[in-house]
Amino acid sequence: MNQPHYSTTLAPGCHWSLRLRKGIQMTLTDMSGGANIGMLFYNPDNLLERYNAPDTLKCQHTFKLTRGNCLYSDMGRIFASIVEDSLGWHETVCGNSRADQVAAIWGARDYQNDRNEWHQNGHDAFLVELAKYGLGRADLAANLNLFSKVVTDAEGKLKLVLDHSQAGSRISLRFEMDTLVLLHSCPHPLNRKAEYPASPVSISLVQAAAVSDDDYCRNFRAENQRGFANNALYHLGQG
Amino acid sequence: MQTTSSRKPDQATLRQVIDAGDYYIGRVNAGQTLRILDLEGNQAADTLFYNADDPGERYSAMDTIREQGNVYLTSGSVLRSNENNPMLEIVADTCGRHDTLGGACATESNTVRYDLEKRCMHACRDSWMLAIAERPEFGIGKRDISHNINFFMNVPVTEDGGLTFEDGISAPGKYVELTAKMDVVVLISNCPQLNNPCNGYNPTAVELLVWDH
Repeated sequence: MNQPHYSTTLAPGCHWSLRLRKGIQMTLTDMSGGANIGMLFYNPDNLLERYNAPDTLKCQHTFKLTRGNCLYSDMGRIFASIVEDSLGWHETVCGNSRADQVAAIWGARDYQNDRNEWHQNGHDAFLVELAKYGLGRADLAANLNLFSKVVTDAEGKLKLVLDHSQAGSRISLRFEMDTLVLLHSCPHPLNRKAEYPASPVSISLVQAAAVSDDDYCRNFRAENQRGFANNALYHLGQG
Repeated sequence: MQTTSSRKPDQATLRQVIDAGDYYIGRVNAGQTLRILDLEGNQAADTLFYNADDPGERYSAMDTIREQGNVYLTSGSVLRSNENNPMLEIVADTCGRHDTLGGACATESNTVRYDLEKRCMHACRDSWMLAIAERPEFGIGKRDISHNINFFMNVPVTEDGGLTFEDGISAPGKYVELTAKMDVVVLISNCPQLNNPCNGYNPTAVELLVWDH
């Protein structure tokens, strides 16, 4: 793999946003186990185009997300492909932790006393990042919860699998179009651990290899071949 | 869980048939009860709800399934908003299970799911786009069109993480009834999808009924 163009570490309970260009590969690594990364995508050239969890799931007939899966916008295009994944399962239906829930489990967010160790929640984290681009709660779509696995039983009952992500777990996303990425490292909304989760996540950005005709994600399903065709049309005329 | 209602159609204050491929938008006040009736069976009704006074607050599938700890909707399910407030409760359901994971069909997702050249087939999201264009008084824009409920649709999640689209478990005369806990606007697309079994490959009409009590 190429030397990272950029690397950083996101502490627990933090949030961030950045614009990534087509062809950049982002690798996220859970440094001490038990991390959760909430993530949303928007088209920076048309903020009304955004990550669409239902389309992502139904286009690939899947409830879980792992290597080979593509992450779709509501316009039939692919923001990013999951090109590497050591975990086998990331979820995208449970949404975010909220201030009142975090307060009930781990104590209220309190900057006055706790400084940046305060108990930030995923919902407010996204609202802060959305506002930086003129977006608000109406734009908050169903998000990814990377490193988190929820399963259902035959009756549809949901359960968060504890200790799913161990130290060193990693996932790599290759961006297939320019993408505004919003992310937070707040706890999964179904997490009920005794302590506010405290795993940092390292992030590295590299230039991905060109997408080949036999690319794993592109050929993972016939639907993804058509998704890549939609991206090709979107980029028609570009170099 | 299947439960029935004792409400009488002839006492409803509103009865409105929605043809396949059409939309309905209208207000339902707190305390009123809304029934969606599958007239001919196997018909998906793609539905969104908004706070009537503040459309930025809307139905949220993630808040709803997280708070009830279950991915399916049925009797007793409380539909929650993106502020995690209760919007409506399902008070009767003769179908037994409704989907809120699969979202609505769109011409763009149809190109991915079925064929690049199927982009011109009618789809739920186009009905919603027409609704927000024709009825601006509701204050709903494209950003507010999000992750919906598919009443009468059967999308089982498997234990190994698959998602399957099964034949509907609905039938002629099946219905779902919801009592509003706040003043809401309901936006329904009666699904025109012809490419999968969600409408039994034959989209048909549904009826909307509203009672004051």
